[in-house]
Amino acid sequence: MSVDATLSFEEAMEKYDPVLGFEVHVELNTKTKMFSSAPNVFGDEPNTNVNEVDLGMPGVLPVVNKTAVESSIKIGLALNCKIAESCRFARKNYFYPDTPKNFQTSQYDEPIAYDGYLDIELEDGTVFRVEIERAHMEEDAGKLTHMGGAAGRIQGADYSLVDYNRSGVPLVEIVTKPIEGAGSRAPELAKAYVAAVREIVKNLGVSDAKMERGNVRCDANVSLRPHGRERFGIRSETKNVNSLRAVEHAVRYEIQRHAAVLDSGEPVIQETRHWHEDTRSTTSGRPKSDADDYRYFPEPDLVPVVASREWVEELRATLPEPPAERRKRLKEAWGYSDLEFRDVVNAGVMDSIEETIAAGASADVARKWWMGEIVGRAKVADVDPSELGVTPQVIVELNKLVEGGKINNKMATQVLDGVLAGEGTPAEIVEKRGLAVVSDDGPLLEAIDAALAAQPDVAEKIRGGKVQAIGAIVGGVMKATRGQADAGRVRELILEKLGVQG
Amino acid sequence: MAAINRDDVAHLARLAHIEMSAEELDRMAVELAVIVDSVKSVSEAAGEDVPATSHPIPLTNVFREDVVGHTFTAEQALSGAPDAFENRFKVPAILDED
Repeated sequence: MSVDATLSFEEAMEKYDPVLGFEVHVELNTKTKMFSSAPNVFGDEPNTNVNEVDLGMPGVLPVVNKTAVESSIKIGLALNCKIAESCRFARKNYFYPDTPKNFQTSQYDEPIAYDGYLDIELEDGTVFRVEIERAHMEEDAGKLTHMGGAAGRIQGADYSLVDYNRSGVPLVEIVTKPIEGAGSRAPELAKAYVAAVREIVKNLGVSDAKMERGNVRCDANVSLRPHGRERFGIRSETKNVNSLRAVEHAVRYEIQRHAAVLDSGEPVIQETRHWHEDTRSTTSGRPKSDADDYRYFPEPDLVPVVASREWVEELRATLPEPPAERRKRLKEAWGYSDLEFRDVVNAGVMDSIEETIAAGASADVARKWWMGEIVGRAKVADVDPSELGVTPQVIVELNKLVEGGKINNKMATQVLDGVLAGEGTPAEIVEKRGLAVVSDDGPLLEAIDAALAAQPDVAEKIRGGKVQAIGAIVGGVMKATRGQADAGRVRELILEKLGVQG
Repeated sequence: MAAINRDDVAHLARLAHIEMSAEELDRMAVELAVIVDSVKSVSEAAGEDVPATSHPIPLTNVFREDVVGHTFTAEQALSGAPDAFENRFKVPAILDED
């Protein structure tokens, strides 16, 4: 396999203007398949989640899954699409063993949703509008495993094994209009777009949205044109781009490859490219040919789907707040800086913080605990922060103990460890571990006298007005009380004792 | 007047994976042309105001609730398969070496 020439990304950008396009397939998480009552479950034994409809046996009659239609309409609405008053299914005819019927039931000229858009926020806050051409309903194909030859690849395989469990799983294919004007941010935009789609379908609850399981799959179209030219260049379509990072890398790679082809004076070939995560490059699949004549025609076994405006509005009323709007609202409500909020989102604790605030903590207290204590512990334990076992109530209780002067911050982290070790509620742990702050002034005064006596020169400095020297004495007292003193109170008492104004 | 010619038939035969001899292509081009022309006469009868019909019965929204029904066992699913391996259908490799 020859390695394609590439230009550096910077040089490609100097010479050419990229145009992108995406087809994102979303597997719906309905209980059953699109047209059959067989279960839609990932990871079961091969060919056990199938019945006669999924196997394309003669004389069977498919019946549309109502929930899948509703999920599709919800996706359309969340992508700001119009919902077709009436639409039909169509047969896409081709011979390949991933579909036992020799056609895929899809939609052709009448998608259920069309003419939408999605505003994509890039890392630095720039908002880029991606226009949605259409979102249509279809069914997934079976899974082929190529045996022999180069491991797992179709080239040189001796035979293929087919599992039809995935055959008929409801899919919504979301197609963008050509995306122009992204320039050097094209790879970043590609990643952000797919991330946004994934987030939306997850937020809607219509898909498990796990890319590693193929719930969300992306085909990325890339073409280049010289700066200033309106006509699009010839595009390639890269398949198998199934992680967010891969989407970014694949778009970047294809831009660099196209640029080298164009620079050499050759035309780009319109073809399918396969993405390889290991080499971070694409290889040629098959060129577009007249075999791509799918002879679509209306599916005679399925009657049209009519989406009354009442039905659409009913579904619209069930939509959750869009993720991007929710983030904006929460950021404002919590008063976090851009950086603080981004860290919270990246750490995956936005929901937890929202719950903690709802349970009675302030925004700053919630952030302090989640970002300062829990995220780190979760990383060590290799789990999601929300799964570590800290409930919002624990944080609220811990904070009350701190604010009430019962324990100091250092002890609070020990109490948190106790909670995670299953020792009980924060109050119980304070009791059991004997962690209460020493607030009785008697023992404190004794410790202060001792600390002052041990460091007479420091005591003298403080008397002379150098109040900042007090840290050494406070430290001595804290040491003597094994950290169980309230440092603020210790400071007050020292100043009182020495007759100095804080 | 024929809307379909010999090249069209050869193209369709290839898409449909049907092997046809030269004589068959010649004959089918004539026969299919007649059929296509016959179908065309329908559009002469229908005026501009008559939409194309895909479904003869005015029926819409035939839906199924999302409730799991019956499935086959792998043995049942594979009972008609020409070849199988580890509960999966075994098929010839489709693409040749690039």
